[in-house]
Amino acid sequence: MSSVLQIKRVNKAFGGLMALSDISFDVNEGELCGLIGPNGAGKTTLFNVISGLYTPTSGSITLSNQSSKVISGLAPYKITQLGLARTFQNIRLFKEMTVLDNIKVAMHSQIQTSLLDTLIRTPQYRKEEARIESEALTFLKSVKLDHLAQKKASSLPYGQQRQLEIARALATQAKILLLDEPAAGMNPQETEDLAQFIKKIHQEKGLTILLIEHDMNLIMSITSRIIVLDYGKVIANDVPEKIKTNPRVIEAYLGEEREEHVEGQ
Amino acid sequence: MTSLLKYKNLLLLGLLWLIVLFGVNTLIDARIINPYYRQILYGIGINMILGVSLNLIIGLSGQLSLGHAGFMSIGAYSAAIVLRTQPHLGGLALGIGLGLFISLIVAFGVAVPTLRLKGDYLAIATLGVGEIIRIVILNMSITNGASGISNIRNLMSWPLMYTMVSFAVILTLRFKYSKFGRAALSIKSDELASESMGVNVTKIKVLAFMFGAMLAAVAGSLYATTYYVVKPETFGIDMSIGILIIVVLGGMGSLSGSLLAAIFVGIVNMFLQSYGQMRMLIYALILILVMIFRPEGLLGLEELSLQSIKSKFIKKKEVVS
Repeated sequence: MSSVLQIKRVNKAFGGLMALSDISFDVNEGELCGLIGPNGAGKTTLFNVISGLYTPTSGSITLSNQSSKVISGLAPYKITQLGLARTFQNIRLFKEMTVLDNIKVAMHSQIQTSLLDTLIRTPQYRKEEARIESEALTFLKSVKLDHLAQKKASSLPYGQQRQLEIARALATQAKILLLDEPAAGMNPQETEDLAQFIKKIHQEKGLTILLIEHDMNLIMSITSRIIVLDYGKVIANDVPEKIKTNPRVIEAYLGEEREEHVEGQ
Repeated sequence: MTSLLKYKNLLLLGLLWLIVLFGVNTLIDARIINPYYRQILYGIGINMILGVSLNLIIGLSGQLSLGHAGFMSIGAYSAAIVLRTQPHLGGLALGIGLGLFISLIVAFGVAVPTLRLKGDYLAIATLGVGEIIRIVILNMSITNGASGISNIRNLMSWPLMYTMVSFAVILTLRFKYSKFGRAALSIKSDELASESMGVNVTKIKVLAFMFGAMLAAVAGSLYATTYYVVKPETFGIDMSIGILIIVVLGGMGSLSGSLLAAIFVGIVNMFLQSYGQMRMLIYALILILVMIFRPEGLLGLEELSLQSIKSKFIKKKEVVS
């Protein structure tokens, strides 16, 4: 397996606060990798750095999708066009647009029409619009959201909004997905549906997924490797079974054992 | 079958267009629409172009611009200056072309730095830009300073106004229902998400801004030849706010809403003519009322179309039966 995403010695400082310090890890092609850690560990910050919303203070991020390319410092839309897309912790759909239009916006950079074509309505424009319409509908069918195509995004129930957000990221033709707490606020049934959905798209579309999640059942059941962050540092990087028993991880989540504390004093 | 239906609708629209063109023309010829009403009609036409052009910037891409009158004045003065030496339709076309060119350059120069700003800051920056344009015009000799240019050749006619408004509406509609319009709407909805979906946010914002500014310049050129006098003071903040009222009233994002609002404002203006500056007070009152009772404007994001009207009627029929 070759790695598609290499994160090397990435630091991110907000003033004097080191939100991320010396983060290094690789994500392999086709992997479904978990990213966990207590609140404030820097998981979302790391996503923001990878997806280009923040530039890292130092260090480099390389995407080896088609060809090897350093993406740290690029604008977010360029990173997305290179094949890496993300979802957000708080759902950020285009609320007053239809489900279909949400998908079409994600396909924006795949549409080859100039402004002039658009204003004159050349045959080229009509052809492209027809193509994108049918591709967007086919895509919606493949993620089983096609019956909602003409609904406004804001009118969807919560679980489906989450699904649509993942689908929208997928529609950018990204091969690497960063999912930021997709199960947040879901009940156990919705979480289970979501797990199936993620598994399905992961296998069917040959994706590489990096997943932030607090739901341990979800993360343990679908990921093949877990990276643990605490105070902006990677404290563990291993298969789920070993993460469960890793003393540093347990310490980060539950605090030190009491006896040690007493002994230390 | 569906394509046949499409052609049928297109034909129906074309027929409707021609009926209005010749119908109003006949009414003007027969003096049923007297010169006074005709002038009001032209005013509404200019306001329609201004409304849809600002709607592109505010309603679609969500950038609050208060400098629209500035771009309008560029077109107005371009036409006025060219018409001085070329007092015929060709000159007007040349003037419109010149206005388009200058507003393109100015809008680009303004858009690139200012569109990084958001909300109130952008509004203030564009307000400043409008004032800068006005003051530059006030101090140039070719524009004749504060006294402005008068005795501009009046070339306005109903077919000309009607065609220009139709062009403006068709172009903006095409923009709205294309990848550019979708991208612009997504920026208005959530800029961060839009950028994360691969949309070059700055490019789309600049495009919408330039397009809107250029249409405003066209409206300005038409203004110059309709009212045959242009003065710097005409194109101040009051004018920009006046256009903003049309956009807000009609619904941000709804082009047909802007058209309806332009008609409404034109008619209200007609009745309030004798109140002078009091009009602004009544405008303000209307705006406040709209904000309270219908914050999304007359039509919100939706467009008026044959289909939507038809479906409304069919629904009503169903209810009756």
